[in-house]
Amino acid sequence: MGGVLRALLADAPVLTDGAWGTQMQARGLEPGTCPDAWNLSHPERVEEVAQAYVEAGSRVIITNTFGGTRFALNRYGLADRAGEINRLGAEISRRAAGARAKVFGSIGPAGVMLMMGDVPPETLREGFAEQARALADGGADALVIETMSDTAEARLAVEAAKQTGLEVVACMVFDSGRERDRTMMGTTPEEAARVLVEAGADCIGSNCGQGIEGFVSICRRLCAAAARPIWIKANAGLPEIIDGRTVYRQTPEGFASQVPDLVAAGASFIGGCCGTSPEFIRAVGKKLSP
Amino acid sequence: MSDPAQLYEAILTGNAALAEEVTKAALEAGVAPTDLLGKQMIPAMDEVGKRFECNEYFVPELLIAARAMKVALQILTPRLAEAGAKAAGRVVIGTVQGDLHDIGKNLVASMLEGGGFQVVDLGVDVPPQRFVEVAQEKEGTIVALSALLTTTMTQMKAVIAALETAGIRGNTKVIIGGAPITQQYADEIGADGYSDNASAAVSLARNLVG
Repeated sequence: MGGVLRALLADAPVLTDGAWGTQMQARGLEPGTCPDAWNLSHPERVEEVAQAYVEAGSRVIITNTFGGTRFALNRYGLADRAGEINRLGAEISRRAAGARAKVFGSIGPAGVMLMMGDVPPETLREGFAEQARALADGGADALVIETMSDTAEARLAVEAAKQTGLEVVACMVFDSGRERDRTMMGTTPEEAARVLVEAGADCIGSNCGQGIEGFVSICRRLCAAAARPIWIKANAGLPEIIDGRTVYRQTPEGFASQVPDLVAAGASFIGGCCGTSPEFIRAVGKKLSP
Repeated sequence: MSDPAQLYEAILTGNAALAEEVTKAALEAGVAPTDLLGKQMIPAMDEVGKRFECNEYFVPELLIAARAMKVALQILTPRLAEAGAKAAGRVVIGTVQGDLHDIGKNLVASMLEGGGFQVVDLGVDVPPQRFVEVAQEKEGTIVALSALLTTTMTQMKAVIAALETAGIRGNTKVIIGGAPITQQYADEIGADGYSDNASAAVSLARNLVG
């Protein structure tokens, strides 16, 4: 483990941040438009989101670059602006973080499927490498590969991200199978841990896919399977659709009440995914350092 | 000499090379194409679907089985046409307007093709009128709609309205799916069916044409 993770973990568990998409929607991001493009058009509003998490106590914030591979940006005709969008994303979070938080550059799935032959592995790896370089150029302290369902894709992303020399966190979504302990592709936490560590991940984990209760056993299994710190970002329960709107019914306190179990299961980095907000992060922070 | 029953195994295990070999050998040996389809291939895909639904199979197994099925179907199609057999039905599929996500839609399209349907894939961000145009080309077409976002799923209602305006809603079935979709939503907008996975979408489509 290198410097950034080690320094953070000197005072573990580390509070990370919550959801970004909903926070940007609350600031006027139109549904169906490209969130990452806001780094170009509305940098001040993106910075507000980052700032809100820093103020909530996040010691790690991510960047507004989850859909920032050229493949994901291509849906919006923005593939050629990948470098710029990611560099700006890192710069915006860096400004908000100052000396109070570290910035982990977010890398999400490319939205293509290797198994379907949508894109050759080498091309995909180069896409992740391009994004990772731009995040590093923008001043990211480390990189976090999130919401991966396919270990083949995650492996390419980790390998590409490691080329920057930054430390790399890699997280999968476990939301399938009878026990909701498999990825969509059927991978168990043990198998995912093996692949991610082999690819070079400095920290492994899980985000999205289900509510925080389901993460306790996944965290324990990841922890047992790999000698790496564990990163956990759960959803605020399962969404319900009310009158065409997504509603998460879990409260910040309900979410935070599970945090001691996560810590006991070995989580080193704790934050929230879909449906969470700065209020959730504050509530988790209270549990971590009452 | 290969045994036609190997085709069942080849599809179940997603072995496309074996599926191709057995299909060709069986046809040469004089096995009726309709028998291969009805006694080996469709039962194999049904078993794949069952295994998926009870969590024994996951997306990769589903995909490779559909691929093996497709290879065998491509060999069979000209012979089936000679024998007067028809596709299980025609489906026009796409992700609704404003939504650019296609992984789920592609999976469903693959499984429907594997299930013997003729599939017209319109891609992503498809305007309602486009679905209408393609549905109009052939009576009894099923319209299959996908959406990942809660903000775009409302477009499904617009497609149903467009089919009504065009006067073809009566003989066009509409099926919907995607992360935010529920049976309740399908009922609410008057869709003919909903499925929460790619495998169940095939049985759903079969029931609607059957």
